[in-house]
Amino acid sequence: MIINQHKCVACGNCVAVCPMGAIYVDPEKNRAQINDEACVECGTCYRGMSTEHLNPTMVRAVRKVAKFMRFRFEPEPDVCPTGAFEMNELEMPRLIRQIFSDPVVEHKSTGIKGRGTEEVKTNDVSLRVDTGEVGYTIEFGRPGVGVLFSDIEEMTRALAASGVTFESNNPITHLMTDVKTGTIRADILPEKILSAIVEIKTKIDEVEKVLRIVEEVNERIDTVTAIGISTRCDSDGEDKILAPVLEDLGYGYARAKTNMGLGRITNTVELKTNSNVGA
Amino acid sequence: MTNTLHRYGDANSFHDDYIIFAIPSVGKNDKDAIPKLKQFLTICAKHNPCNMGNGNRGSIAPDKGLNPTAHWNRKSAPDWQTVIDEVKKPGTVAAVFTTKADAEAAFKEVVESDFGISVNISSSVDNAREVGKCCGVNRHSVEYALAFNDPHDHLPNSQVLELSTMCGHGMVSFNMAKKMLEMVREGRRTSAQAAATLVRFCPCGVYNPQRAKRLIESACKVQR
Repeated sequence: MIINQHKCVACGNCVAVCPMGAIYVDPEKNRAQINDEACVECGTCYRGMSTEHLNPTMVRAVRKVAKFMRFRFEPEPDVCPTGAFEMNELEMPRLIRQIFSDPVVEHKSTGIKGRGTEEVKTNDVSLRVDTGEVGYTIEFGRPGVGVLFSDIEEMTRALAASGVTFESNNPITHLMTDVKTGTIRADILPEKILSAIVEIKTKIDEVEKVLRIVEEVNERIDTVTAIGISTRCDSDGEDKILAPVLEDLGYGYARAKTNMGLGRITNTVELKTNSNVGA
Repeated sequence: MTNTLHRYGDANSFHDDYIIFAIPSVGKNDKDAIPKLKQFLTICAKHNPCNMGNGNRGSIAPDKGLNPTAHWNRKSAPDWQTVIDEVKKPGTVAAVFTTKADAEAAFKEVVESDFGISVNISSSVDNAREVGKCCGVNRHSVEYALAFNDPHDHLPNSQVLELSTMCGHGMVSFNMAKKMLEMVREGRRTSAQAAATLVRFCPCGVYNPQRAKRLIESACKVQR
């Protein structure tokens, strides 16, 4: 991401907008700047802010007078008055930041099948998690913290050592050079992203082991994690297997994503591409 | 990505938060899915949603061509038709409802339409179960959200978390949520205006502006 220094008027609106706190106003330059180390290329500033296309020189003059008079103009807080943000072309390995951080940008050139997966949202047609099995989505970095791939690898290595099965159609699994050990491509390990999800599957009797591993590894890596844990319901639509286990282990689960079972296979010819962005 | 699963709050705080979304499965039912997804959104639009989205655009979106009068007269009306028209690829489409009655009515019509595409409800565990039961539909699968693991104390207070996590892709920053709370506390914006500002950052259209308004009002009331 770039802030066009000819356009920026240092209004500071974008500072609060950035999920990573990567934008600041340099008082010497009197322009907003981006800390490239902290920026994860999520595009929130570029896409999420509304824009005017005012003349920067005029805006700076007005702001200068207002500042001298100690007037405070009360602009809309999500507006860039001059449209100063510009999205630049990224190359690997930095491109990986955008792939995992910007929910609306597609990057088929990397060979990664989208950013998200279907998880159990399509379990009624995919049967990804069948009776007696438990699916996990282990999410790193969200909300608002971010994560390094090296930290994700610490988790995937620990999980691999415990013998879990990684979901093959998951972007992180695609970035592994060795799925058996959970090793991730070395060139991207220093890169920071807004979030990523590791997906695994186990039998029901391994729930406690997996949850403990995640908690233990999270102590060693400087980020936040969130676990989604899923199962298939019985014919009455009830979960009498996983929920009792979670209760026994002391986990609360107020919220859930519930697949209502309305899907069925309708394709006559299988397609190879899709751009699902999860909900 | 788990864009709606990890909303912060207890079960009661989701009493006005029902997200119904449709998602085709790659290679299973994505062929000819686009008209079905548009029809899904058209049905939802009839039942008083507070937001809808197609994965790329929400019903209340940023405006890239504002003129300066916007600072005094900002529009924040939802645009359902553009969301429907801009479904260009098979992907997730979603609608957010604030009452059980509206969610049930929309879901019932979706069931009757029999699109053959997976439909999920993201809310409290009981909310989803009850909406299904009203239409005689049993749950197929369920994914529970466990609490955040935050051993290094990165996360802000619960008021900011509740507002920020309604965009599960993380596009509503902690600082923006804090700024909106401050502006309302200082009387510089109404709670509705602050909620409308936050909702524009969610490109999937799953942010719930009504819940945000309620949470902002509650947070500012506590402060007083």
